[in-house]
Amino acid sequence: MAKDSSNSFVRFRDAGFSYDGKRFVFQNLNLEVPQGQFLCLLGGNGSGKSTIAKHIDALLVPDEGAVEVFGKDTANPEFTYFIRSNAGLVFQNPDDQLVASLIENDVAFGPENLGIPNPELRQRVTDALAEVGLQGFEEHETFALSGGQKQRVAIAGILAMDPAILILDEATAMLDPRGRKGLMRVVRQLHQEGMTIVMITHFMEEAASAQRVVVLDEGQVRMDGTPQEVLVRADELQQLSLEVPFACRLSLLLRQRGVNVPVCITDDALKEELCALSSTM
Amino acid sequence: MRLEFDDVSYSYEGKSAEKKRKGKKEQAAKAQWGNAPDARWALRHVSFAVEPGEFLGIAGHTGSGKSTLLQHMNGLVHPTEGQVLADGASLARKEVAAEVRSQVGLVFQYPENQLFAATVFDDVAFGPRNMGLGEDEVARRVEEALGQVGLPFEQLKDRSPFSLSGGQQRRVAFAGVLAMEPDILVLDEPAAGLDPRSREDFLDMVSRFHAQGATVVMASHSMDDLAARCTRILVLSEGEVYLSGAPCEVFSDGERLKAVGLGLPSPAAFAEALRKEGFPLEEGFFSEEQLADAIARALTPAAGGKGEAPLS
Repeated sequence: MAKDSSNSFVRFRDAGFSYDGKRFVFQNLNLEVPQGQFLCLLGGNGSGKSTIAKHIDALLVPDEGAVEVFGKDTANPEFTYFIRSNAGLVFQNPDDQLVASLIENDVAFGPENLGIPNPELRQRVTDALAEVGLQGFEEHETFALSGGQKQRVAIAGILAMDPAILILDEATAMLDPRGRKGLMRVVRQLHQEGMTIVMITHFMEEAASAQRVVVLDEGQVRMDGTPQEVLVRADELQQLSLEVPFACRLSLLLRQRGVNVPVCITDDALKEELCALSSTM
Repeated sequence: MRLEFDDVSYSYEGKSAEKKRKGKKEQAAKAQWGNAPDARWALRHVSFAVEPGEFLGIAGHTGSGKSTLLQHMNGLVHPTEGQVLADGASLARKEVAAEVRSQVGLVFQYPENQLFAATVFDDVAFGPRNMGLGEDEVARRVEEALGQVGLPFEQLKDRSPFSLSGGQQRRVAFAGVLAMEPDILVLDEPAAGLDPRSREDFLDMVSRFHAQGATVVMASHSMDDLAARCTRILVLSEGEVYLSGAPCEVFSDGERLKAVGLGLPSPAAFAEALRKEGFPLEEGFFSEEQLADAIARALTPAAGGKGEAPLS
């Protein structure tokens, strides 16, 4: 294997990890994320998704094989600081990651620890809050926020660190449809600006907007491809505790009823197909 | 038990009330949260009742007051104004609240975060023990509750809850509430963070409790889940009751829901989008299967002359 991995931001090489030294969460895992890619990791509870996310942030290091982030070995303590300050990880539960009582202090916590001086620090906090739709909330208290608002504060705290790769570990799980759409817009925008994104989610509609979808089961890559290739495989996905997007379910139900539509992964695509069918009648 | 909200308002303390409260004695007496000019109302003039045996869904966008509303249901939080009544008795009275707390089982968001005991058994037994039940009764209830949530009692009772998977941890936390044998189950986003299959399994379990006669109140962001499972839906917006009714009534008007940041269940949203494009779809409220049927009907010419496959 070529040693130079300048184009590859994340590389798992025959990696294996076990929490208890007995049962491996994943083993012989090979996974590569090129710079600038928007990757979505899918898998049931316990499939190893979150453990993989923690490896990208060097919070965990593999027991076997190696994980390289930005071409640097995560097991080498010399690189830990560099990797962690450039890979931002947003966890599942915002209550676990808010550290301050005022929103501005919480968002500033990360960049302040990186030694960012004022006034840049202040600017970053303002910008990050604007990106998640919480502009003007600087002096609000974090405890009085709803779950979804807390999650957006947590994400702003990561964005303020200006990371090169953003890892979202079910970060949208607690948001309402509007909040989720808003956050997905932020994620897509960050991706367009060149950010590498690894998103873990259970929402198939979100997976549909990624460039690449990887489905995990028992620490193994079971499917890997574009959303259009992966998300339509209903039977396989169901076996892996997942479901297919609504548009895909409806396409399949329609085909069972003799309606000649391709299996679509987005509502818009299916809508167009149906309208085309209807206009030829 | 019938839980009634009588003109309930709830306010988080604003800065000026806080100042007053910390000020001189007579000022402090006047420091009612609700009267402060900068009071932030989480709930405002909320009146409704949870009827025995219903499956009530609570919808509302982030920050609409769903969680605050649920916390009023067992006297965990008291109204700033108005009152919550359990069979007519106000929860403001301590002895009523104490009684209601064992009858209204409240399951928070991410309840697995509240697991704390060394073994699964001790964790589930915590509630019943605090109710002053004997060890025999406690053991019976723990075994039954774990069975109800589909966890093997013998295999898990002595294990640390923290060694279980996320989905199992949530079931243990849920069992802890069931072991108190509540009349009313109050669930705040019970399926958040679970994978699709665990999610369906968990919600099926909740539906089963309802079918067996329990009253269930469930807050959720998923309009699909609410539409498929609830008998009545209450929509909150900015702390006020915005809509209330059967799913087919609440979800009959997409614009009204969009105005408060909510969407329609997927089939209803898709049906509405199709109609907007001029697709000849009949009116009505659909499940996924019903929607597929209706679309197939619309695409099958009455005379059947176009060579399209017939309806199955």
